[in-house]
Amino acid sequence: MIRLSDIHKSFGSHEVLKGVNLDVKEGEKLVIIGPSGSGKSTTVRCMNGLETPTSGHVYIDNTELTRQNRISLVRSTSSMVFQQFNLYPHLTVMGNLTLAPIKLFGKSRKEAQELARHYLSVVGLEEKANAYPATLSGGQQQRVAIARALCSQTKIILFDEPTSALDPETVQEVLNVMVKLAGEKNITMVIVTHEMGFAREVADRVIFMEDGTILEEGTPEHFFVNPTHERTKQFLGKILH
Amino acid sequence: MVFLADWTLFLQAFGVTVMVSIAALALALALGVVFGVMSTSHFAVPRSIARAYVEAIQNTPLVLQAYVFYLALPYIGVMMGQISVGIFAVGIYHGAYIAEVVRAGIQSIPRGQAEAAASQGFTYVQTMRWVILPQTVKIILPPLVNQMVNLIKNTSVIALIGGTDLMNRTNDWATSGASIYGPPFLVCGVLYFLLCFPLSTWGRRYEERLKRKDSRAGQELKKIEEELS
Repeated sequence: MIRLSDIHKSFGSHEVLKGVNLDVKEGEKLVIIGPSGSGKSTTVRCMNGLETPTSGHVYIDNTELTRQNRISLVRSTSSMVFQQFNLYPHLTVMGNLTLAPIKLFGKSRKEAQELARHYLSVVGLEEKANAYPATLSGGQQQRVAIARALCSQTKIILFDEPTSALDPETVQEVLNVMVKLAGEKNITMVIVTHEMGFAREVADRVIFMEDGTILEEGTPEHFFVNPTHERTKQFLGKILH
Repeated sequence: MVFLADWTLFLQAFGVTVMVSIAALALALALGVVFGVMSTSHFAVPRSIARAYVEAIQNTPLVLQAYVFYLALPYIGVMMGQISVGIFAVGIYHGAYIAEVVRAGIQSIPRGQAEAAASQGFTYVQTMRWVILPQTVKIILPPLVNQMVNLIKNTSVIALIGGTDLMNRTNDWATSGASIYGPPFLVCGVLYFLLCFPLSTWGRRYEERLKRKDSRAGQELKKIEEELS
């Protein structure tokens, strides 16, 4: 579904990714963990062209992601949920959800609104359709952002630390929605997170990144019970206790 | 007094000033949005073109630009009446300033907005049209109103090339011999004031309200004003 082949990425003289190879299978729920600055976010941002690798190749559905096809390829295959939600503040919740379906996917207003209502009910916020983002709590905003991503009806959804900017008490409501989504067999999810309990619950595979490379990967069982690398144990020890 | 007798001419001249202002404003807004968007492009060519336009216009006098339009362009076959010259010269001049306002406004919108749009598959122009510019309008209105006020006053450049606008008429009167300079100039000033003062007052009130009600927008506005000053 998504393949990263020897991805290097530098910002100025700072090399953030030092050769990342990764294959995400269709329907897979992949969780990426690791200390901050390890290149997790940059890795997912390469998957939809928000970052252009300095060298290496990104393939989506066996098509190489290039500057030329980026917009059309990303539009039809993936959507993203951001740490800072990034809802459009000048639009209502309904406006946020229907913008892409109407402008990009050629849906009528009515169809788009039906779609939006459906996904609002998935995230449990039907009653907020006419609210503006600024009037919602962080957790609600992030659930709207997830609904917005769902409205694109793409096979891939990328999550870049979706709960890191939330108050502790609203983290769970967002995680609950994501657990529910993870039950969908045909959605491929790539999730950067620090929520280990959640990772363990939904992940088919966990990847541990450190200093711009993938240090270790495996099933959640392998990962949380019996990690191979000393560095992974150390990281998990810090985060789990 | 003479200017009472000439009241209709005076009104006509005032009408010309209003008309030129509106037309020049429409042109300036269109240019400002196009070049403002170009100057935030990822590509060097549109960015350089926008830069060249803004710098050339901002660093030469408006009067010179008006003379070029009226006196120099005819040599390459472009003939325009005084009023058209007024509209083009003033519109192009303020277009450059408005482009800077638009650019600063676009750059004040958090990067996450364009990223969200990119992640959904919006093109650059679609992102501007549906996501960035609608958010920008709210913040750039106050500096935009400043530009409108300046634009109205600057339409008086038409007087220098002999167009029959308010400034020119006033001058005619003031020098017609029957009158003295003072009263016509006073009336002229009052008329410009009547156009500009409500506009700038509205702009100031809007700005105060925005800063009070929306602290994020208020801060973005402050940043823009610092950058433009």
